Amino acid sequence: MSEVVIDLISGGLLLGGGLIGVLGALGVLRFPDFYSRLHAAGMTDTLCALMIIAGLIMQTGLSLLTLKLALILLFLLFTAPTATHALARAALSDGVQPTQDSQTAPPNDHHGSENESSNT
Amino acid sequence: MRYALSLTLTLIALWLAISGVYKPLLFILGASSVVLVVWLSLRMDVVGVEHNPGLYFPKLFAYWAWLVGQIVTANLHVARRVLSPGKIRPHVIEVPVCQHTAVSRVTYANSCTLTPGTVTLDITPDKMRVHALDDASAEGLLSGQMANKVLWLEGQAQSKRPSP
Repeated sequence: MSEVVIDLISGGLLLGGGLIGVLGALGVLRFPDFYSRLHAAGMTDTLCALMIIAGLIMQTGLSLLTLKLALILLFLLFTAPTATHALARAALSDGVQPTQDSQTAPPNDHHGSENESSNT
Repeated sequence: MRYALSLTLTLIALWLAISGVYKPLLFILGASSVVLVVWLSLRMDVVGVEHNPGLYFPKLFAYWAWLVGQIVTANLHVARRVLSPGKIRPHVIEVPVCQHTAVSRVTYANSCTLTPGTVTLDITPDKMRVHALDDASAEGLLSGQMANKVLWLEGQAQSKRPSP
C-alpha cells in the first residue's frame, strides 16, 4: 500500500518536473528579449531539477544513492546562478541593453539592434 | 590551520558518500587524493575563512530550506507569466546591499539569481543591479526579506544601513 503511495508521489514529482521543463522551454520561445528569456531558462535548472531529483530520491529509498542525488542537486543549485549571471554579464558587456520600463516589449528587439553600433 | 582541517573533514565525508566501495586499496586512493587536494588548496592560497566549507554551518540548512520555498513560489509565478507572456514588464532595478562580508554578498546575489524572475546583472559593495521579469518579482526583492535572511545567516543584527 505505502509503495503505491510512494510511487504515485514520485511519479507526480517526475511529471511535474517535466512539465516545468517544458514550460521553461516554452518561455524561452515566447519571451521577447534576452534577459526575460534568462528567467524562463532559470526555471529549468531550479524547480525542474528539484522536482525530478526529489522524484528519483523517492524511487531509490533511503540509501547512499539518496545522498548522491542530493549532492547533484546541491552542486546544480550552486553552479546554475553562476552560469546565469555569467551569461547576463556577457550580454551586458557585449552591448545588449535590457528593455527599460516598456509596457509591452516588441517581439524582435532581442538583437539589440538600436544599440549594436554603440558597443563599448 | 583549522580551515585546512575543516576542508579535510568535508572532503573525507564527500569521498565516503560518493565512493560506496569500501576496500583497503580504495581507502588508500581516497586518502591520498584528499591529501593532494588539501595540499593544492594550501598552495593556491584558497584556504581561509571565505573558503571554509563549514561557514554558517547550522544556519545554512535553515536558509536553504527557506530558499527552496522561495524558488518554488518564484517558479510558479514565472510559469504563469510564460502562459500569459503579455503581462511581463521587464525592467532593471537597483537594490541596496547591506551585507558586510564578501561571502554573504555573493550569497545574496546568487540567491537572487537562483529565484526565477530576478537575475543579478552587476554587484558593487553597496548595491546591485537586478533585472526583474515583472513588478511582482521585483517586489519580492525590494521588500528586503531576502536581504534580512542573508543578514541573519551572516550573523549580524538586522540593520538597514549600507556597509560603510
